[in-house]
Amino acid sequence: MNLSSIKLLYKTLSLLLLLTVFSPIGNAKGQEYSTSTEVPNGVEMADTMRSNGKIYVVVAVILSIFGGMVFYMVSIDRKISKMEREEKI
Amino acid sequence: MEKLIAKSWWKILAVAILIYTIIGGFLFDVPRLIVLNESIRNLHFHVPMWFGMIILLLISVVYAIKTLRSGSLINDLYSIEFANAGILFGVLGIISGMLWANFTWGTYWSGDPKQNASAIGLLIYFAYLILRNSMNDRHMKARISAIYNIFAFACLIPLLFILPRLTESLHPGNGGNPGFNSYDLDSNLRKVFYVAIIGWTLLGVWVATLKIRLRKLELRKNEFI
Repeated sequence: MNLSSIKLLYKTLSLLLLLTVFSPIGNAKGQEYSTSTEVPNGVEMADTMRSNGKIYVVVAVILSIFGGMVFYMVSIDRKISKMEREEKI
Repeated sequence: MEKLIAKSWWKILAVAILIYTIIGGFLFDVPRLIVLNESIRNLHFHVPMWFGMIILLLISVVYAIKTLRSGSLINDLYSIEFANAGILFGVLGIISGMLWANFTWGTYWSGDPKQNASAIGLLIYFAYLILRNSMNDRHMKARISAIYNIFAFACLIPLLFILPRLTESLHPGNGGNPGFNSYDLDSNLRKVFYVAIIGWTLLGVWVATLKIRLRKLELRKNEFI
């Protein structure tokens, strides 16, 4: 993998992570069975990560673990690419 | 193939698909089924392991045939590394399946025809690895393991796709009704499931190609020293 594709990969990764954390997925439909989002005085806060039985937290944890794995694989990939280039010279 | 390995678009595609799989697999609405409950979401993680395994092992067997036709050790290298990745997927599939079975069928191993058949299939492939390691001559190793590889893949197809369908099985889509029709595979599940197969398979290909590239370097280095 060359440098520009690494950049593209990380851009895609971080964009998708951002989209997840602030995503509206499941919010609209989740309301009917989620009670944990209801605040006593009805004030709505940034509750996404606390709603739906905190499933978003699990998703975030898995995504960060997966992100770490991908980071590691990319670094191995780059190391091998470097070795292949050095061999050709 | 060589040029495609060096490209990075499909690796980015794999990562993007898997991120989508994790998000969609956990958060999209799924059918409410008895016994299965939320564990239906395992469809996006357990089942693609087997699809990925079959595709990786198919690539491996194609390279085994190429090895026999050309006698080239490079083709043998592709064959063994794709088999390794396929076996890894199979082991992950059987472990994830046992976990899922414990909470839905009541026990880790219920002697279900498909469980038994996939265990036999994996054992055949373990024997492939042992057979390879028992030989020192590289050309002999390449030829004999290529022949065994073809035999192993030919065994795997009836074991996984034909025999379990001839009898009662706990697995959906077995015991007489082939395909996914008996799965409650609604459109929401399909949206994630089909792309998940592509994503996981591409990840397996990535793992395999990393090892292929490393071992190619190793081979060349040893020959020139």
